[in-house]
Formats: sequence, structure tokens, C-alpha cells
Amino acid sequence: MPLNFNSFVAMKFGVVIFPGSNCDEDVIYVLQEIMQQEVVRLWHKDHDLQGADFIILPGGFSFGDYLRSGAIARFSPIMQEVIQFAAKGGYVMGICNGFQILAEAGLVPGALLHNETRKFICRNVHLKVETTNSLITSALDPSKALKIPVAHGEGNYFADEDTLKKLNDNDQILFRYCDEGGNVKSESNLNGSVQNIAGVCNESRTVFGMMPHPERAADSLLANQDGLGIFESILKVAHA
Amino acid sequence: MENTQLATPETAKELGLLPEEFSRIKEILGRTPNFTELSIFSVMWSEHCSYKNSITWLKTLPKDGPRMLAKAGEENAGMVDLGDGIACVFKIESHNHPSALEPYQGAATGVGGINRDIFTMGARPIAQLNSLRFGDLSLDRTKWLVKGVVKGIGDYGNAFGIPTVGGELFFDECYNVNPLVNAMSAGIVKVGETVSATSYGVGNPVYIVGSATGKDGIHGAAFASKDITADSVNDLPAVQVGDPFQEKLLLEATLEVIQTGAVVGMQDMGAAGIICSNSEMSAKGEHGMRIDLDKVPMRQENMKPYEILLSESQERMLIVVEKGREEEVQAVFDKWDLNCVEIGQVTDTKRLEYYMNGELVADVPADDLVLGGGAPVYKREYREPAYYKEYQKFSIESVQEPEDLKAVAQHLLSHPNIASKRWVTQQYDSMVGTATMTTNRPCDAAVVSLKGTEKAIVLTVDCNSRYVNADPEKGCMIAVAEAARNITCAGGEPVAITNCLNFGNPYVPEVYWQFVGAIKGMGAACTKFETPVTGGNVSFYNQSTDDGPVFPTPTIGMLGVLDNVDDMMTADFKAEGDFIYLVGESVNDIASSQYLASFHKVAASPAPHFDLETEYATHQVIKQLIKERLIASAHDVADGGLFVTLFESANPNNLGFDIESDDSIRKDAFLFGEAQGRIVVSVKPENQEAFVELMATSETEFNYLGTVTNGSMLVDREQFGNIQDFKPVYDDVLHSILEE
Repeated sequence: MPLNFNSFVAMKFGVVIFPGSNCDEDVIYVLQEIMQQEVVRLWHKDHDLQGADFIILPGGFSFGDYLRSGAIARFSPIMQEVIQFAAKGGYVMGICNGFQILAEAGLVPGALLHNETRKFICRNVHLKVETTNSLITSALDPSKALKIPVAHGEGNYFADEDTLKKLNDNDQILFRYCDEGGNVKSESNLNGSVQNIAGVCNESRTVFGMMPHPERAADSLLANQDGLGIFESILKVAHA
Repeated sequence: MENTQLATPETAKELGLLPEEFSRIKEILGRTPNFTELSIFSVMWSEHCSYKNSITWLKTLPKDGPRMLAKAGEENAGMVDLGDGIACVFKIESHNHPSALEPYQGAATGVGGINRDIFTMGARPIAQLNSLRFGDLSLDRTKWLVKGVVKGIGDYGNAFGIPTVGGELFFDECYNVNPLVNAMSAGIVKVGETVSATSYGVGNPVYIVGSATGKDGIHGAAFASKDITADSVNDLPAVQVGDPFQEKLLLEATLEVIQTGAVVGMQDMGAAGIICSNSEMSAKGEHGMRIDLDKVPMRQENMKPYEILLSESQERMLIVVEKGREEEVQAVFDKWDLNCVEIGQVTDTKRLEYYMNGELVADVPADDLVLGGGAPVYKREYREPAYYKEYQKFSIESVQEPEDLKAVAQHLLSHPNIASKRWVTQQYDSMVGTATMTTNRPCDAAVVSLKGTEKAIVLTVDCNSRYVNADPEKGCMIAVAEAARNITCAGGEPVAITNCLNFGNPYVPEVYWQFVGAIKGMGAACTKFETPVTGGNVSFYNQSTDDGPVFPTPTIGMLGVLDNVDDMMTADFKAEGDFIYLVGESVNDIASSQYLASFHKVAASPAPHFDLETEYATHQVIKQLIKERLIASAHDVADGGLFVTLFESANPNNLGFDIESDDSIRKDAFLFGEAQGRIVVSVKPENQEAFVELMATSETEFNYLGTVTNGSMLVDREQFGNIQDFKPVYDDVLHSILEE
């Protein structure tokens, strides 16, 4: 289906670049070249969000992630601004390392532990869309499993019982790992995540974190555009 | 040992120098060298840096071509014109010796080193590949090496943020002691925005940037220039430690500093550290340097001058900057929080003068240290080994054809050399950069798009070392031909190669014979395919006292170009009912096949059937078929033979095949033989007529095999099983062996 750019709400995206970020240019490519949106690059040492409407923390290995993924990045100058922005209800999305940083900063509940296999895993996985009641999933079809790649060593989502109950009760779970047919099974849980959780949002539904990389499944050249719907959702695309 | 104490012949010997080399050093200096100077010569004249035992033969390889922008030996890596003002810089390099002792760090720093060779020229790496060879996988040591090497490559490459898009993995007991770890990287740069590894302009400041210098990797180059023995464990400090985060910062800072235009020359610090970059840049620029070693940022106290000079600490660069523009350079490295320290100046003396706290500790002429300058060049003697003629005597008649060919199929599909390599490949980020077109499309070579253009680069690494061992000349021709075949099957045009020449001890005449044969074969094949050799690396001494040399393994890394991504071809069958054809000739040949080696356990056989002219003609036909959109898939017949090729084409989409064999040759040879120059293609029914017409007008032989099925595998109406039944075995063999 061709994108109808007239129906987009134009947004200014801010993509944060930490030392060691390596998916920053990939997400910028999708936003700029495919979604035709304005993007500003936000350097970790700066204190200025440059008027962005939507902040993205991209994937990578911020500060090398030698200690614990995201543990150092959350203290960087730009993150202090991002935390304030989120507190005021601003939209923030973290992908992979970005999700880890959001969890470290307490902007989304839970933590990302080492994969159960203790190995880095890079491959396509399937995701079940658990809710359309969020900005990044609003235009998705929950009956269809999305094929989106993961690439992480620490993607094993963990939250305690109370938090899990709240996440479920408040409809904060965005994605779960599933099989091709959309069935959430233990065999499709590649990294040991509790309840197969692959993505969550905060209670006020303005901060989103997910381990899979939708920007790696958005370009027709890669023969998989299952991730595009997430970016379309953000821009509230009306399909013609 | 005092820095300036005069060296003795005994010390020279300890440092690996020959008596005649020690005499030559005294002649060059006009005096006896001190220990620091002797150390300098010993590393710069080591095999690893000087290519002293290989350069005579390497010079016979074809290196010219219309696309060549930097030829072999001119820069840190070869550079090829891709058109539209874009060039590709690519190279392969070994890290065998460090990986044998410390697989994790050895492999990781191999990845780091090869990428620095690319970005030191101003190119941004966009794809990595690797070629790995290990011993018997049932040995605990082999498992330890495999796990360590794969994790090392993964952890470094993943954090560095460049996708690992392809590679090969092969097991044979000849690699029990000496695994081979070859890493390749390819980068992209705008023509005219590259930087050279040179130094000139008297008074220009010399900077060291990146990580601080420690005692790791001292004499690493010399360590790589000897056999592995029980004492090798004492060489552990010769293994370096990698930091991919620093490498990522260094990459970004390096590319940014080039944009300032203030850089005169730059070279990364790899083997033989500061002394190597100082001497190679100075020799190239025909200038000298005065360096204050005490200004080098150090990780530990009390480092001696020779330790600072020889340290192979990773993630460092040497940059010569235009005088007066120091602040611009400093600002870039400040932004990325990296060291950037002026350690000396360019002089007009053509000598390298090293000072420590104001005292001159070494004074050597730059040109005499380097390859092409004063470094020694040897012609080694060589002799045909006895086994060669023995292997040629092999006849297929000596091997009884098994009654149960299904058992052979099962054996092959579950053999680690044939089975899925996903246990390895899923530990590598193969997708970062969002340009890997082969993630969702199985293909004989990796295809990486060049964003903003219609082009893609096509990459592969290939070498069947069993063939090379059986017949070095023919085997190496096959390695080049297979690489070209893979690129052609992906829709690309082969344009150039880089090579990683892994051999045993060059002082053994039988080993050197293998080397000479391989170079001759490579030269012939590269001339035929018009793929110049852009450089690479030689790794001798892959040999142990007990087990002898590894198979001669001249790994070929080939670069192809796809001018329009729409012309990409894939290897998987698309739909039930499509016709399957074999392009190329079926031959009654099982020589050197995986089938012969592991099912029948016969080692003594020659290289498989191969004809360079026919092979080349076949590739041209495949190109035409792709261009005219007449085929739906193309996959070459390689390790494991035709059956494995059919399985690999059927597997991705859960399809199968129903084929007839050729009754003029033995069925085991038909299904499992590895005669070269064959490609399995599938053809949509509506294209069959045009396909046959095109093929009939070509000189290339082709045969109708059968049709694509919905999952069952049939040969001459005999059921070989369903693709679904084989899948779990094929997919999980490595996992079950390595995770037991």
C-alpha cells in the first residue's frame, strides 16, 4: 500500500546520539527518507532537545555497555532533558539499547537482563501486537504477527509480580514474542523474557520501549516492511 | 636490558633475526645497533611485516585493472572504483596465531585491525565477513576455540556496529592446533576524499590518537612469524586486548577529522605498532620523523622505549597534521573524548629518531625497515611433496558405491561442514546499517546496498582447502572461480579480490611448493576473471611440531558490484512446479568431495574436476539469464554436491524437488560429487521456452533435472524424505555439538 503523506501529522523527531550508538543513522534514514519527517540529531553532551516533538533513543552499545547496558548513558546531560521532557508528557521511544536506557532511567518499568542463552541473538522474530491503545501501535493489526529482527545480548525482560500485574491491568504491554501464526508460546520466547514481553509503555502511555528493531524492517529494499506500521502509527497514517 | 646497550649476535638470534640479517643491520647503520634498534629491525623484518619469504611470488599476481584506484601494496587496503564517484576499500587479514592461544581476544582484535585498515583510508566500513577453520569438532579444545572465536568476533563487531554479512566455517583435523581466523571488511568512500598512509612536510606535527599504549602485543608480529609450540603459551603477552567502544569512537573521529582537510597522512597501528606506522608513512613520503616516546600516552609506568615502539595496543592511529591546523584536529578528538597527543615532528632526514626524556635511544633509516625498501627478500626453495603424485592416482573405481544413498544424504546434511551455520551467524549482528539485502533473501553471496544509489556491493569469502591441499594450483584456481561463481549467482559482476594466504612454515620446501602452486593458480584464475588482486595478508607458520602444517588455505575475499539492485538474484526455489535445471556439466567425479572425505574417509584424491575456460563461459551465461529475467533462482554446486545444493535451494521456503539422475555417471557422483562449474537454476514454466532457447545458443552444457515440489525430495522416483524432516537436523547440528 502506498503511503499517503498528506494524511501524516508532521512531527519533528529528535534522535539521541550517545558514544557507541550504532542504529542512530538507521532510524534517521527511515524517518527522513521513508517517512519524510524532519529529524534533529541530539548529541549526548548537549542540554537542548531542539524543539523535537518525539524523542528516539536508538540501538547500539552506549558507552560500550561494559558495565550494564544503558547504565552509564542514563546519566548523560541529554538524558536529564529527556527525563524532564517525559515527565511533562513528551513522547519518548527507546529501541533495543534505547529501551535498556529507558529502563535504567526508570522511564519504563522493568529491567533487561542477559539473554537466557548468554549469547547475542540476531535474527527475525515474530511479535504479537498486544494493544492498539498506544501511539506506536495505534495503526497496527493485532491479528497479524509482525516479523521484525532482534539483535541484542541483554533483552531478557524482567519485572516483579506486582509490576507485571500493573502492566497487564493497565494494558501497558505493547508486544510479545510469538510464532508466525501469532501464538505466544514458550518456544517463541528467544531470550527468556517474562511473559514473552518484547515491548512496554509507561503508565501514562507516552514512553515506549521495545527490544526488536522496527527500523530494520521498514525499507522495501530489505524485503520486509513489517516494522513500517509502527512509524505509520506514530504519524497517525490514514490508509487511503 | 638497557635501551642503548649494544646488541650481540645472541640477542639478534633471540629476536628471530638470522645471522646474515644481523650483519646487514650493522651495515645499514654503519655500527652495531643497540637493543631498541635491534628490536625495531626484528619486528619490521619479521615475516608478518616484511613479506620477505612471499613478496617475490606475490609480485607475479595480476594487480592492474580499469577500476583500480589503489593497487596492491600502495595503501593499507585495495580501493576499487564503483562508478558514480564512489569507491570500495576492502581487505582480508588473518589473526590465526593470537586466536590459537586466546580465541576471544585473538579473534576480536582481528576484527578491530581489519576495520582500522579500512577507515584509516577514509572509508566507512559497511560490511564484515570472516572465514574460520577449526580442527575436529569432537575435541574439547576445538569447541573452546569455536566458542571463543565466535564470541570474540561477535562482541567486537556487534558493538563496533558494522554488520557481519557472510563467511565460511570449515572443520578438519589438520586445524586441530592451528585454527585459522580470517577477517574481512569492506568500506565505502567518495573518490577524492581518501587519505594516504604517508608523511611529509618538514615541521608538520605527528599525533598519536585513540587508546593509550600498554605492554600488550609486544612482539606480536614476531610471534606470528614462528610455529606454534608448547612454549607458545609464554607468548601470551603477545596477544592484544580489544575495546570495540574505543574503535567506534576512533572510527567516527577519524572520518570527521579527515573532513577538516588538515590531515597530511594517517595510518592505523596494527602489527608492530608505532614503529611500523612511523616507518611505512615516512618511507612512502620520503621524509623522516623525530619522536619523543615519553609523550606517548601510556597505560602503565616504566615502559621501555622498545616496548612503546613495538606495543600492539589496539584502537590507535598515527596522524600527520598540517602545521598551524592543530586546533581543528584537537577539537574533533576532544568531541569524541579520545587522546590526541603530539609526539613529534616530520623531518627531512629520512631517518626515525626516537628520544626518551631527551635522550636519543634509537636512530634508524625509515626506508631500510620496510617492504620495498631495505627489508630482506628471499627466494625460498620448494619441492613437490610425495603425497601429490599419490593423490593423483586415485580412481573412483576404488570406492564402492553405497547401496543406501539416503544414508549419505543424511550424513552430509548433518555434517558440520555442510549443515546450517546459524549457531554462529545468529551471534553476529548481520543487519545493522539496514543495507543487508540478503537478510530475507537467501543468496550465494552477501549483497549490501549503497544507500542513495541504485548499486550494491556483493561479497564472498571462499576456499576449499581440501582441494588446495590435493592440488595447490588447481585448488586455488577453484577458490577464485567459486568466489566468482557466488558473486555471479547473486547477480553481481566480480571486480577484484583480496587474499589471506594461510600456510605452514615457508622454510619447509614442501610447504613452500604449496604456496607457489597456489599463487600460480590464483594468478591464472584472477587473470581470466579480470579480478585483480588488491592485497591482503600472508600468514605462514600455521604449523605445529606434532601435527605438521595446516592444509594450504589461500582464502579468497571477492568484491563484486551490482549496478542495479533490481538485478539481484537469489538462491531459493520460489514455487512448486517450477522447473529445475543444472547449468554446467555432470562429471563422474567424487575426488576431494566431502562425501569421499567423511563418508568413505578417503583422504588421498586429487582436486575435483575443473576447467577454467568452461567455468568462465558458464558464468557469462548465468549473467545473461539473470539479465533477461529467465531464472527464478541460482545456486552453485559446492561442498556436498548436487543433493546439498538442491536441499539448500528448497529449504528456505519449505519446498522440495523431484529429479532424474543422469545414467551415464554413477549416482553417488551425480548426487554428491563436487565437480566444479555447475549451477542449479529454477525456471518458471512461462519462461521455460525462452530459457531453453538461450541455453541452446550458448556453448554451455545444461540438463533438465526435474521440478520443485511442495516438500518431498525425490530422486529417480525414490523418496529421500521430506524437507521438514531434515530441517531440524540441518539447523541444529552445530547447536547440539557445541551446547551439549
